[in-house]
Amino acid sequence: MKREASRAISFVVNGAERTYKGPAFKRLIDVLREDFGLTGTKEGCGEGECGACTVLLDGKPAASCLVPVSQVHGRKVETVESLARGESLNPLQRSFLEEAAAQCGICTPGILLTAWSWVKAGGSADPEAVRKHLSGNLCRCTGYQSIVDAVVKTVKKRRAA
Amino acid sequence: MRGIPGSMQVLRPRTADEAVEAFAEHPLALPVAGGTDVMVLWNMGLLNDRPVLDLSAVAGWRGVRKAPGGLRVGALTTHAELRDHPEIRRSFPLLAQACAEVGSVQIQNRGTIGGNIANASPAGDTFPALAVYEAKVHARSRHGVRVIPFLDVFAGVKKTVLNQAELISAVELPFLPAKPHRTVFRKVGTRSAQAISKIVAAGLLWLGKGRAVSELRFALGSMAPTVRRLRAVEARVAGRKLGPALVATAVEDAARDVFPIDDIRSTAEYRLAVSRNILRSFLQA
Repeated sequence: MKREASRAISFVVNGAERTYKGPAFKRLIDVLREDFGLTGTKEGCGEGECGACTVLLDGKPAASCLVPVSQVHGRKVETVESLARGESLNPLQRSFLEEAAAQCGICTPGILLTAWSWVKAGGSADPEAVRKHLSGNLCRCTGYQSIVDAVVKTVKKRRAA
Repeated sequence: MRGIPGSMQVLRPRTADEAVEAFAEHPLALPVAGGTDVMVLWNMGLLNDRPVLDLSAVAGWRGVRKAPGGLRVGALTTHAELRDHPEIRRSFPLLAQACAEVGSVQIQNRGTIGGNIANASPAGDTFPALAVYEAKVHARSRHGVRVIPFLDVFAGVKKTVLNQAELISAVELPFLPAKPHRTVFRKVGTRSAQAISKIVAAGLLWLGKGRAVSELRFALGSMAPTVRRLRAVEARVAGRKLGPALVATAVEDAARDVFPIDDIRSTAEYRLAVSRNILRSFLQA
């Protein structure tokens, strides 16, 4: 059995194989920010309540402040940095800009990823269903309406395409 | 004070045998499955210097399987997997509904059924459903598996009867003898996501000859230190027709099996009144 305080932990981050060497119980959010320099992922509450630190783990939203990095060995992590291609924004990011769905920005990376998992999985354009899916992501600026509008718009555009 | 990663030794068993051996060798180790409860305390710096038994790689404890007379749910099965599983939705819909109400999608994707039980919160959202389905919990140690009726697992607030060397390996769900005529699941909280329940309820009702009650199972969470079946209510209505007088008496009986308290989330008075309303509308339907 593997038993050590630290060892090499390998996983795919935004499509690239990465290896982390350090304490195995370090939180995924801290490994992403401190060891890999991916500071797009923000910490909010540190208790899994606010959703700010959401990343996609094997394609599904997870609070990266509650994930010890030992548990991501061999898995796939996507952060907000995975969405745009250089200066070319992802369709969801474009809708967020158009609908003014971001204000202070702290919650935005987590909301983009939770919403992107919905769009990618073929989630519906029903605003109530979108609200339920996003209910674990708190925003204290926008009042949510513009965020829901942006997600609904992205789903509709994708269906029309 | 924050969690200090370097202070934690992580044990990462791959098999059930390795897991129970490691736990026997390191009885103070902190079992971690999805981490949705443990990591909150760890982030606050409350669990530093503990060895950690990371169970997430024990493949045999994942997923839902057919078992004689029911389903076997591996302890590491997530709430999201249970929420979406066709056989769970068909045969144990109240459990699927409860899993859809736990925390948020982020929590449902990570939190496990075994972890939820081991954490033994009085407000565990899956517990009333597991209580009315009369689930059994498999507690595994190096000496074998002990099968514990679900309600007997809890010893108090955040306390279970698990021995020092036991880990929850699975939850067994026996198929119901017949399809219930009525079912109910209700979570009452401040908002739909992330709220810890003020009240959580699950009920199954079978009617027999002449519409008399052949069996009622009704359970409440957040109403006592542990989840409770309303035994007095269940006995009161057994074999009888659900007329207005009987329903009124049964609703009064609800107080006999629960001990609601005032706390930061609600009051004893509110909890009892709302529980009675849920029970009344279920029996009257």
